Amino acid sequence: MNTRPGNSLIGSPVERVEDLRFLRGKGTYVSDFSLPNQLHAVILRSPEAHGVIRRIDTSRARALPGVHAVITAADFGARPPHIPLRLQPLPELAPFHQPVLAFEKVRYVGEPLAVVLADTASIAEDALELIDVEIAALPAVTDRASAERGDSILFEPHGSNRALVWTATRGDAEAAFVKADVVLKERFHIQRHAAMFMEPRGFVADWNAETQRLKVWGAAKVAWTNRRILATAMGLEETAIDMVELDVGGGFGSRGEFYPEDFLIPAAARIAGRPVKWSEDRREHLMCANHARDIEINVEMALAKDGRILGLRGMCYSDNGAYLRTNGSVGPRNVAQFMSGPYKIENIHLQTTMLTTNKTPSGTYRGPGRFETDFARERLIDLAAKKLGMDRAEIRRKNLVADADMPYPLATIQPFESVTELDSGDYHAVFDRCLKEFGWDEKSALQGKLIDGRYHGIAVGSFIEGGAAGPKEDARLALETDGSLTVHLGSSAVGQGLETIMAQIAADSMEMSFDRIRVLHGSTTHVTEGYGSYHSRSTVMGGSAILLAAEKLKDKIRECAAARLGCSKDDVTIDAETVRFKTTSLTFAGLGAEPIEVEATFYNKKYTYAYGTQAAHVSVDVGTGHVRVHDYLSVEDVGRMINPLTLHGQAIGSIVQGLGGTFLEHLVYDANGQILTGSLADYLMPTASDFPNIRSITLELKPSPNNPLGAKGAGEGGIIPVGGIIANAVANALSHLGVEPMELPLSPPRVWALIDAARRAKR
Amino acid sequence: MKLAPIRYAAPATMDEAIALLGSCDAKVMSGGQSLMPIMAFRLATPELIVDLKKIPGLDQIVIDDQGVRLGAKVRWCDIESDGRLAQANPLLAEAIKHVAHYQIRNRGTVGGSVAHADPASEMPAIAACCEAVISVIGSKGARKIKAVDFFISALQTSLEADEVITEVLLPAWPAGRRWGFQEFARRRGDFALAGIAAFYDLDGQGCAANAHIAVFGASDRQHRLPGAEAALNGRPVTPETIAAAASAASAEVDPPSDIHAPGEYRRALVETLTERALAHAAK
Repeated sequence: MNTRPGNSLIGSPVERVEDLRFLRGKGTYVSDFSLPNQLHAVILRSPEAHGVIRRIDTSRARALPGVHAVITAADFGARPPHIPLRLQPLPELAPFHQPVLAFEKVRYVGEPLAVVLADTASIAEDALELIDVEIAALPAVTDRASAERGDSILFEPHGSNRALVWTATRGDAEAAFVKADVVLKERFHIQRHAAMFMEPRGFVADWNAETQRLKVWGAAKVAWTNRRILATAMGLEETAIDMVELDVGGGFGSRGEFYPEDFLIPAAARIAGRPVKWSEDRREHLMCANHARDIEINVEMALAKDGRILGLRGMCYSDNGAYLRTNGSVGPRNVAQFMSGPYKIENIHLQTTMLTTNKTPSGTYRGPGRFETDFARERLIDLAAKKLGMDRAEIRRKNLVADADMPYPLATIQPFESVTELDSGDYHAVFDRCLKEFGWDEKSALQGKLIDGRYHGIAVGSFIEGGAAGPKEDARLALETDGSLTVHLGSSAVGQGLETIMAQIAADSMEMSFDRIRVLHGSTTHVTEGYGSYHSRSTVMGGSAILLAAEKLKDKIRECAAARLGCSKDDVTIDAETVRFKTTSLTFAGLGAEPIEVEATFYNKKYTYAYGTQAAHVSVDVGTGHVRVHDYLSVEDVGRMINPLTLHGQAIGSIVQGLGGTFLEHLVYDANGQILTGSLADYLMPTASDFPNIRSITLELKPSPNNPLGAKGAGEGGIIPVGGIIANAVANALSHLGVEPMELPLSPPRVWALIDAARRAKR
Repeated sequence: MKLAPIRYAAPATMDEAIALLGSCDAKVMSGGQSLMPIMAFRLATPELIVDLKKIPGLDQIVIDDQGVRLGAKVRWCDIESDGRLAQANPLLAEAIKHVAHYQIRNRGTVGGSVAHADPASEMPAIAACCEAVISVIGSKGARKIKAVDFFISALQTSLEADEVITEVLLPAWPAGRRWGFQEFARRRGDFALAGIAAFYDLDGQGCAANAHIAVFGASDRQHRLPGAEAALNGRPVTPETIAAAASAASAEVDPPSDIHAPGEYRRALVETLTERALAHAAK
């Protein structure tokens, strides 16, 4: 393990180097980027949820002045390219891959049917209205009941709307339930919502016919993987494509996955022989970018009468939408594998059935599967405490995994087997710290109290946050001839302050000053291969790669210096950007005629698990069903912090997103598969004034043993337990009525309906 | 989300504006805060936009013995910053605080809101509650329309296609009038799931008289609730009277269901908000 000499920047609250650029309006997002002579693309999208495509006639659209081309599936031969899975690429999921343009059938409202290329986006939108589309409508599948009924099937050759079943197992669940003193059985539902990052997607693509090279601006998250998919679909060598990452306004798992437009825009540029630009608008975004959550969780919890949780078993139903997208399995499988969370639950048999429906396909969104599964688990624990007459804090203490049990294996998931273990942590210490900082004992007096027309309640719960997915990440360091350091990295920035963090790590590992470091990342031109930013992996993976590269670079610097100073490289010392041998010294700037370059790769198979405890104090207005958050506290141990300032911002932001998913955000469909939330006036996001009372404390108790930094993937996790904790606090506030929320969102009408039903039942 | 092809005119006089409105499928634009999003979604595709911005006047708040005269181009921020309204019509001043967001309040106008007639908007609720008189001008001349005759249904008014609102008069507000305003929205600035604007005067015996209670966001238009008003008039304003009026209010609305709330929730909300508005008034 690295001993981290000269550590001064890692762990310091360094202000983001990106901010000055952004605050001055100097950022370059993809919409800010244009090429001379470019055409604008607009996409015709299916107005029907389910149907057979009879005819697409583009002749009237083509005749509109200013329109250059209208591209349909017919332009890509007998069968248009289909988008493969990036994660869990099981062959049995191949029937559900999405074609880049609807092929034979449409399966959701918003599915691409054609691409119009015109001089302006306005003209292209005018042309959309001139394309004649004939679709023979089929009954829409919009929920579990209609999916299972099977009278309307999205993929007829498959024979049903059930795509796959995931199974998580550990121990002997059946035996545990036989032994149990108490069994709870409940049904939970987490509504469809989405990442809704602030900057919609977009691309500019340029095809050079002479060199047969393609350049695409607007890459994000996983540029190398997407280049591979694009190269295959376009029949090009990977190296014939450059993917360029510009500034990125948020990702949260959704942005940067390979969508139909990731193919359509580059392909359009090749067909048109001119650069093509596409900017997604918010209405498109709402029906085209990955949706998430939307899962029904039927679960039983077995307990001993002393409060020990003996087992979990159940079946979950994930509404995956119309196709299996690149990472569409992650959420459903995580619900099964991570339901035990930070608790020592030895016996598990949990399954998730993925259903196809006529809705927008789903994918990952911050805390995929974890937000959902934590809702069910934390609710169950509170319900169990109530049934057993136990204190809600005590039952959690009793079940948290102990430090001595580390590493602690979680349930194993099948198919595409994944085995993982909790790496390190003092879960009890963080739990107690949270209660203390929250003022649990003092606030306990508020439980169920009516103050100024509102009933008050509190809740606490714990969570784990997986991070640092392998297999590897590359870093290339170049000591430039002027003595500055350029860091080329496979990680990608999605607004998380990557440049700052990586410069801190590079500066410390090279013992250089921060302002001498330049970080280049995310574009395929920087390193041979990169894996990007997902699963809270950038800091651990990219940062560790920098540490390894720095050791190699220092070695190479000593070598160069030894040649210049006429000594052995082992006699050269490096200190403050200067190399020394006895009394002779050279600065980095004067070291070589050429830049000194090294590349290193950090490999990792084991995940990191940051963990934490959160507590909430809410009040409920029984007249309106409105829930106010008076205090929300998160205490998390991330092993090692690189930048407390940026991490704090991410922790708060993550909780706000969790509160959005708990109270506001809901993608609503009708029985015909029409999406009813087509704008941000109907899809409600948290705004700056909605949740002012959030606190976050980050600790460095137990470094991860799985990487040289000791860091754990962090910043994503705050969102994970929010739904469960808030629902428990609401139940606590309304305990006199016996209200028990089992579904999200906790919108005022839903909370009021629970109150109303409870009052009627009491009458 | 680009506008359909459209022509645009910003005439310098009202006569020109009226002539343009009569010439084709034209639409008046004032602050544009509702019209522009509707056109961006291509839900409205008029041939011509007639922007009122160059027409002089219409932007004053006049307070005289007739009441408060709001020029059609008076913006929400003008109302917010006019300290005289705390006396002249505190119900209006309170209601406008709930209109949308800062940026929108800097552009949205009284005339635009009244003409648009969104059933969840505050200004039409104040107009209905206060028995406003809406002055309009068109090719057939000027006329005055009572609020009760103006709002017909969701986004429908008795305004003719070539008519432009010039002024909204809120009748004089006697000293000692009791009032309350309540609305409930999912987030601050969102359209109300329901709202209540209410006032009453006190007679010599300390009983409520001249009660005006208007509902918004719970029907196809803003309107008064005569049953609730009757439950209040002539009675001392006690918690029991308030509860009876609130109960009457919820009984005389039949709110629609939509993705934000079922009708039964809105009906219950009308009762809660009526109770709270009247409790505020009685304080």
